[in-house]
Amino acid sequence: MRIGVVTFPGSLDDSSALRAIRLAGGTPVPLFHASDDLKEVQAVVLPGGFSYGDYLRCGAISRFAPIMASIIVAAEHGFPVLGICNGFQILCESHLLPGALTRNQDLHFVCTDQALIVENTNTPWTNGYSKGDRITVPIKNGEGSFQASTDTLKQLEDDGRIVLRYADKNPNGSQHDIAGISNARGNVVGVMPHPEQAIESLTGPSEDGLTFFTSVLHTMVGR
Amino acid sequence: MALDTVATAAANPTTEQPWRELGLKEDEYARIKEILGRRPTSSELAMYSVMWSEHCSYKSSKVHLKQFGEKAPKSDALLVGIGENAGVVDIGQGYAVTFKIESHNHPSFVEPYQGAATGVGGIVRDILTMGARPIAIMDPLRFGPADAVDTRRVLPGVIAGVGGYGNCLGLPNIGGEIVFDETYAGNPLVNALCVGVMRHEDIKLATAHGTGNLVVLFGAKTGGDGIGGVSVLASETFASGKAAKRPSVQVGDPFAEKVLIECSLEIFAEDLVIGIQDLGGAGLSCATSELASAGSGGMAIQLEKVPLRDPSLSPEEILMSESQERMCAIIEPSKLSRFMKICKKWDVTATVIGAVTDGENLRITFNGELIVDVPPRTVAHDGPVYNRPIAKPAYLDSLKPVTAPAISNPSDIKAALLQLISSPNIADKSWVTDQYDRYVQGNSVLSQPEDSGMVRIDEQTHLGVAISTDANARWSYLDPYNGAKLALLESCRNIATTGAKPLAITNCLNFGSPEDPGVMWQFSETVRGLADICLEMGLPVTGGNVSFYNQTGAVAILPTPVIGVLGVIQDVRTRTKMGLPAAGLEIFQLGNTDDNFSGSEYAHLHGQIGDHAPTPDIDAEIRLVNLLLEAQQFFQSAHDISDGGLAAALTETVLKNSVGATIELIEQYIPGGLTAGLFAETPGRVLIAVDPVNIEEVRALSNKYNVPMHRIGKSGGSALVINGESIELTELRTAHTETFAKLFN
Repeated sequence: MRIGVVTFPGSLDDSSALRAIRLAGGTPVPLFHASDDLKEVQAVVLPGGFSYGDYLRCGAISRFAPIMASIIVAAEHGFPVLGICNGFQILCESHLLPGALTRNQDLHFVCTDQALIVENTNTPWTNGYSKGDRITVPIKNGEGSFQASTDTLKQLEDDGRIVLRYADKNPNGSQHDIAGISNARGNVVGVMPHPEQAIESLTGPSEDGLTFFTSVLHTMVGR
Repeated sequence: MALDTVATAAANPTTEQPWRELGLKEDEYARIKEILGRRPTSSELAMYSVMWSEHCSYKSSKVHLKQFGEKAPKSDALLVGIGENAGVVDIGQGYAVTFKIESHNHPSFVEPYQGAATGVGGIVRDILTMGARPIAIMDPLRFGPADAVDTRRVLPGVIAGVGGYGNCLGLPNIGGEIVFDETYAGNPLVNALCVGVMRHEDIKLATAHGTGNLVVLFGAKTGGDGIGGVSVLASETFASGKAAKRPSVQVGDPFAEKVLIECSLEIFAEDLVIGIQDLGGAGLSCATSELASAGSGGMAIQLEKVPLRDPSLSPEEILMSESQERMCAIIEPSKLSRFMKICKKWDVTATVIGAVTDGENLRITFNGELIVDVPPRTVAHDGPVYNRPIAKPAYLDSLKPVTAPAISNPSDIKAALLQLISSPNIADKSWVTDQYDRYVQGNSVLSQPEDSGMVRIDEQTHLGVAISTDANARWSYLDPYNGAKLALLESCRNIATTGAKPLAITNCLNFGSPEDPGVMWQFSETVRGLADICLEMGLPVTGGNVSFYNQTGAVAILPTPVIGVLGVIQDVRTRTKMGLPAAGLEIFQLGNTDDNFSGSEYAHLHGQIGDHAPTPDIDAEIRLVNLLLEAQQFFQSAHDISDGGLAAALTETVLKNSVGATIELIEQYIPGGLTAGLFAETPGRVLIAVDPVNIEEVRALSNKYNVPMHRIGKSGGSALVINGESIELTELRTAHTETFAKLFN
């Protein structure tokens, strides 16, 4: 099972995402922003980081990378895409997901072990969880406050597209405590928390994040 | 202004030059003229002035620092020692680790965000320059009183700068310190440590040899920021009314640095460079003169080729600019196209600006006109050396013993403990450290507030390194010789407490003005202490940094030698954490407590500093380290007892996992009674928790190493109970954690 991880200039968690795929049992494939070649991967992860420095809106430049043109087309045909943190921001900028991620309510970067509730398990990235699972995964971002119009929020809620919700406390002012959402089809998922940093208890707060990567592998096998 | 060429200088020997404004002394200017046999051109004057500044030349510290060479312990681990961009040590399995601390104190006072940010950027480039991938950073920080108005300006800016730069670089920030003292008001200390890893064969050095090889500048374009930062900012005491220095602080671009890291590592992997140097303090002046003098000496630079952000820069400014995120490499012409291809892949600007020549001088031309013609060694290494006057300061004769109130009955414990653990120096620092990414790269095994930061180096073999930085500036104030020793011993203890073996040290020596004989005495005693303890502990010094002039008017900072110790752990999975993991464990204190409160936080809370630092018991500390390493397999938790004494250590240990403890201190066994038992900061102590089934093994080892082992309690419950006095963990947590939010939100 080949799963790609895109490196943009300024990507930081690309190596961790590659490791997570490997530990989940998949074949990690590094992809580079400047090429439109998806190298026959069967799913792709847009990792965390500060692509192009994020001096403009986060993700606003990366959406124009050659690799994104290929990913957008593939995503529209059901190809599984996971955007983590900066990757989530890029998916919003690419209009593969609705809404936007704005500066955290207290204007600080925040790195903490965050309790989350898994709400939507009908995606290729979360089908290994049970609805209502409580997981602990790090968040680390400066612009993670999810904002969308009232109509969009209603639609996300009505369609059950909230994938993850912050539990205990909302760390950044996200509307409806939203930590992750999917597109209507469910193949494109964006999350602010970093499941790739919760795959080994040695280096993370838990191993709860590994299920994102095993889920997509099981989905692939099932096809 | 007409170009001041070498020919002009020779023809006009009496032209007035602003050497004084550039920070040079009269005899230093005379010496430059003597070296060159003529007056320097303005470009040469710029180069000498920055390179001969205190910051770059170590002119006041050199005579003392040579002790690190003279007293160096024999070490098989040291691969590259003092003198290169950073020292390199062998950690086994073919891996080499490089680490170093630097200061960015003065810029961080002037412009906290950019000062701190570029401090991180600079040390990371030093590590990268050795051929290593940077893997972690730490920031020992010191500020004026926590409630001072200016601290509310400086601290949030510094924290945001450290985080803003480090987070964007993708380097986990895994430790450091935050200490408040009134002497740091106006003189905050912003030290930054970086650690990097490479294979032995990948070590790179800063050298330029091979006639015809090319000098390539790559990275960011050169701008007008940071001009004169080194000579003017770092080498002169702040005086009032000098706000005009503001623009001389550099501006950082962490994205440019991140791309530069990836680009450089790819270049290193293909073995495309002969020598490499980053551009930090003194910019191109430093990089070209150091590269040339480490090679055969000859180098020709065409300065007009330097890509500029601001085309109006004069050649002097180009030479002095400290624009960040730049590197200078020496490469063979045959490898240029491959080098350029990698730079293009990462969108990094790279320009050939010159070549290695067979002459002996560094010759710099600007549009064909010769403006610099100097022996590079005279710029880079033959700067002035001062043997500054030294005098034991008078304050040492008027020190008074601590007379802080003693706790006479257990009912006083709660109030005293809550006051201590909520004081800014002891309070929980999450408000700060949660602004730093500690997870990125996915190899952080331990990070603050653990005793040391720990990073996994190899996923298959589980090899890892631990790093800790420590200083007790109050002990150094009372006794700089022993203060330095105690800082190193504490750092070693922190490393061993987590299960790693101390291997090598680096240091950042922060002091007041070297022109003050009292400060110079503190400095010389510190270096003597540090060199002695390194020899006694068998730990090599891999490099360091000196920051003088941390002084406002007559008030110098507390002498603050920050020691960084690197340790190695063969299997990171065996590391020991500080928090109690479960109920039912037996809690012990290793080491004895005495009744000296001098320099303690308890004394500080009562407005006192005391009269004498502890005398380090080096033999006992070595035995303790050995015990920790051998017995760690039986430890459920371990935590160094230092700042804030046992009271602070217990608080941190119970709060980590919300597992309470019941403690019984037997007053008559502790000199100084309950007060000392809880609040004295006697060195050489560690708090451990042991499963009852393993007590005999641990006791046998404590006997073997002759380390006292006192049973003081048991884990469990939802409170910290000390001699019958109970504090609920919720109340303890509130007191410990709300201080920073209250002060800085």
